[in-house]
Amino acid sequence: MLTRLPSRTTPFAITAYTATCAAGRGVDALGRALATRVGGLRRNDFGAQPLPCWIGRVDGLDDSPLPPPFGAWDARNNRLAWMALREDGFADRARAAVEKYGASRVALVIGTSTSSIEETERAYRELTPDKHLPPARRRSETHQTNSLCAFVQTALGIEGPSLTIATACSSSAKVFASAARLLESGLVDAAVVGGADSLCGSVLYGFNALELVSRDPCRPFDANRSGLSLGEAAGFALLERVESDEHAPRLAGYGESADAHHMSAPHPQGLGAELALRDALARAGLTPADVDYINLHGTASRQNDEVEAALVARTFPATTLASSTKGWTGHTLGAAGIVESVITLLSMQRGFAPGTLNAQTLDPACGPQITLDNRSRDIRVALSNSFGFGGNNCCLAFVAGDRP
Amino acid sequence: MNRAIDIAIAGIGVWSPEVRTWAEAAEALCGNVEIAANSTLRPAPTALPATERRRAPESVLLGVEVAQQACEMAGVAASGAPHVFASSYGDLPINDYLCETLAQSPLDVSPIRFHNSVHNAPAGYWAIATGCTRSSTAISAGDATFGAGLLEASLIAVSTGEPALLAAYDVPATGPLRDVVACESKFAVGLVLAAQHATPIARIRITLDNHPAEAELAPGASVLHASHHDNPAARSLDLLQAIARKQPGRVRVAAGPRLSLDVEILPWRT
Repeated sequence: MLTRLPSRTTPFAITAYTATCAAGRGVDALGRALATRVGGLRRNDFGAQPLPCWIGRVDGLDDSPLPPPFGAWDARNNRLAWMALREDGFADRARAAVEKYGASRVALVIGTSTSSIEETERAYRELTPDKHLPPARRRSETHQTNSLCAFVQTALGIEGPSLTIATACSSSAKVFASAARLLESGLVDAAVVGGADSLCGSVLYGFNALELVSRDPCRPFDANRSGLSLGEAAGFALLERVESDEHAPRLAGYGESADAHHMSAPHPQGLGAELALRDALARAGLTPADVDYINLHGTASRQNDEVEAALVARTFPATTLASSTKGWTGHTLGAAGIVESVITLLSMQRGFAPGTLNAQTLDPACGPQITLDNRSRDIRVALSNSFGFGGNNCCLAFVAGDRP
Repeated sequence: MNRAIDIAIAGIGVWSPEVRTWAEAAEALCGNVEIAANSTLRPAPTALPATERRRAPESVLLGVEVAQQACEMAGVAASGAPHVFASSYGDLPINDYLCETLAQSPLDVSPIRFHNSVHNAPAGYWAIATGCTRSSTAISAGDATFGAGLLEASLIAVSTGEPALLAAYDVPATGPLRDVVACESKFAVGLVLAAQHATPIARIRITLDNHPAEAELAPGASVLHASHHDNPAARSLDLLQAIARKQPGRVRVAAGPRLSLDVEILPWRT
């Protein structure tokens, strides 16, 4: 705990953003689903013998292979990224930044936990009699962690520093921190950040083996919650210097930490989560009383929600609103950071805080901040929490741009 | 405008079947010694508790071993160092296990092997073993993973003003994955990077170069180059060789399909 507070960092403008998940493709559909409280979870229909649970599945991926120039990267996860890139004109905005600044002056930082392992799983179901991958699936592009990043880099024509951050469920939150450092260093003028994670056997059966999956739609922060619902999603954002658009919302700060406690369970007092929150506020020059809304990690697992609820209750005033939106999307793992950042930016743009879908009776650990219902509110300062396996934590602080 | 990042390398760790410390690696990179590889050997980092040391996947052992070596050489408290663990492929034997089990009997997936399959498992074990609550990152950038990690960790050191740790490692593919993953060797390198340091092993100046690096290491450069030309973590070897030989000059480190780091090794102060 005896680490010093970071000093204030330069804010950066978020000049474009998009997300695609079970609750909607693109920000208008997602915003409508949030406003009308229509979630995207359905009974698990993924794979040959689906486990009895609910999932946040994106329709239309199975029959839409990547177009010919990108065929080597064809895999469910990259299809999902491609679908998301084309919403809200995001790919055009990113390519315009490449044109404006030069390809080598634009960075790409992408988060994912499982990348295109679903393609490797398929290949293993179709092994040749002598235990080799079937020839049609021997594309090395789709069998490595960096698959998503390499595909997006090619699709957008980015030639600056490019990397995958793979820290489980904090992956596509930490991309904002990495991009902020690249921008602050002066090495680049813009950065595309984002991520994608898609449904696959590894996570469905892996989380099932850890006994973290609910048989019912997930109910974050409910006293009777019974685990998470897995989902798939992709999202992206474009970061530039504030001078490029003073009205755009801003990444004001970030905090990253480790629990140093357990590989798959959170620190019981939320040590790492609290450090990430503290650093995000310090870098943004904010105090808890400044925060209008927090999009929580809120997976609906027993432990996460208990620890996170206690942290919010002891840190923030009753005027701060907080919620988990995983009832709409499911837990989208390595994509959760970007999808929930986009939801947070939408809440600022549209003047309402989404509530917590599916939960009915709040856990007694919750303070007055956590809201079940949507609330109208002018949101100028908002946070997004993302926590992952390995005790990996990230908190992002966003502030509204100058009023027009 | 081409910004330069000045960084001191305060500690180095290396582990491969041929060399088990930076001192041994430096000898090999200078061409001074005959070395023999023992490919069955596993690192046994004392930073891990004995039970973890026995059970941990090899990716964790490699990452933690070089991280520990580098911190000890630098005299940096591991508990206070933000860290970046960089691996192109992650733990390939666990991916092989998971995909095989999912194809045969998915309900038998082991929960421990599942949580060990996350790319940040070595970083997580390191943070737990050392009590480090600082920023903990795991990255991949294909063949450019070492260069991307060097840049990421250097920028963390610059922005926090504190020494940052980079541990880069890759392990051989097993099973059917060998059809699509060329890596047949195990190699790991750890660096402690600091914006300022009184007595560093070397000082480097990093600039971005909008040209690709050589597609492969020159296998003739040293016995380590020859043994690990297919291992993304070994893309560090040209830099390590220049440091071992105390040769000021420039090396190019792959940082992407069309990007490299121009790493200038600054003259040693006498």
